[in-house]
Amino acid sequence: MPNYLFIESRGASTRDAFGGTLAGALARDGAGVALLLVQNGALAARHGASAPLLDDLTAAGVPVFADEFALLERGIPRDRLRPGVEPSPLDIVIDRLLDGWQVIWH
Amino acid sequence: MTTERPLLAFALMDAPFESARTTTALRLLDAAARRGCDLKVFAYEGAVLLPFARQQAHPNAVHGRSAEEENHLLPKDIVAALVAQAAHHGGNIDWVNCGLCVDERGAGDTIAGVRRGTPNDFWQMVKDARNTLVIPTHG
Repeated sequence: MPNYLFIESRGASTRDAFGGTLAGALARDGAGVALLLVQNGALAARHGASAPLLDDLTAAGVPVFADEFALLERGIPRDRLRPGVEPSPLDIVIDRLLDGWQVIWH
Repeated sequence: MTTERPLLAFALMDAPFESARTTTALRLLDAAARRGCDLKVFAYEGAVLLPFARQQAHPNAVHGRSAEEENHLLPKDIVAALVAQAAHHGGNIDWVNCGLCVDERGAGDTIAGVRRGTPNDFWQMVKDARNTLVIPTHG
C-alpha cells in the first residue's frame, strides 16, 4: 500500500480540514499517512486551538508536521505547539516525493 | 560514471500576487532545485502569468516611495532565479505554460526559458517523472 503525505493549507474550521476523512481512513487501513500543515493550516498547530479533526489524526498515530516558515510567519513558537505536532522544513515534501509517497495537497 | 538526477513534476494553477500557495509552490521548487533535481513545471490557468515578462515594479504615490524604495519582488524574477538555482546545482527546469491559458490572458511575452505547451505536455511530465505534485487553486 502506498504512503501518503497530506498537505493542508487551510484553517481548522474548514469543512473536512486536514483531509481528515480520507487521511484517517487510509491510516485505519494500514497505509503510512502523514500530515503537513502549511500557510494558515499552521494556525491549528497552536496549543489550545480547536481542531478536533487534527486531534483524531494524532490519536490515530498520524505524524503531524508544521512548516517552520509558516510558524515563524505567524509568531507561533515551538513551545506553543499542541502535542503531536513537530516543526519541519518544507523540504519534507521533496523528501517524500523522492521516496515515492503520494503527496496530496488537500 | 554518471548519476541520473531525479525528475519531479509540478502543476501550478494560481495567478501571481494572489495567494500564499504561490509562495509555497515556489519554495518547493527552490528546495527541489537545491537538491539538483530536474524539474518539470506545468503552469495552468492564472499561473501562466508567473513568468510574464512585462511585470513591473512600481512606485507607491500614497506612501511617497519610489519603485526602488518599494523594492517589489516580482514572480518573473523568482522564476528566473529558480532556473539559475537549478542549473547551479546541476539540474534544470522545464517550464511549460498552457497555451490556451496564455492566449486568454495575453500572457505570451515570457522570460527566457519558458515554453508554450498543452495539457498533453503535463501528461508526458507525469509519465516521465519519479513523482508529481498538483497544487490546486482551492487548497
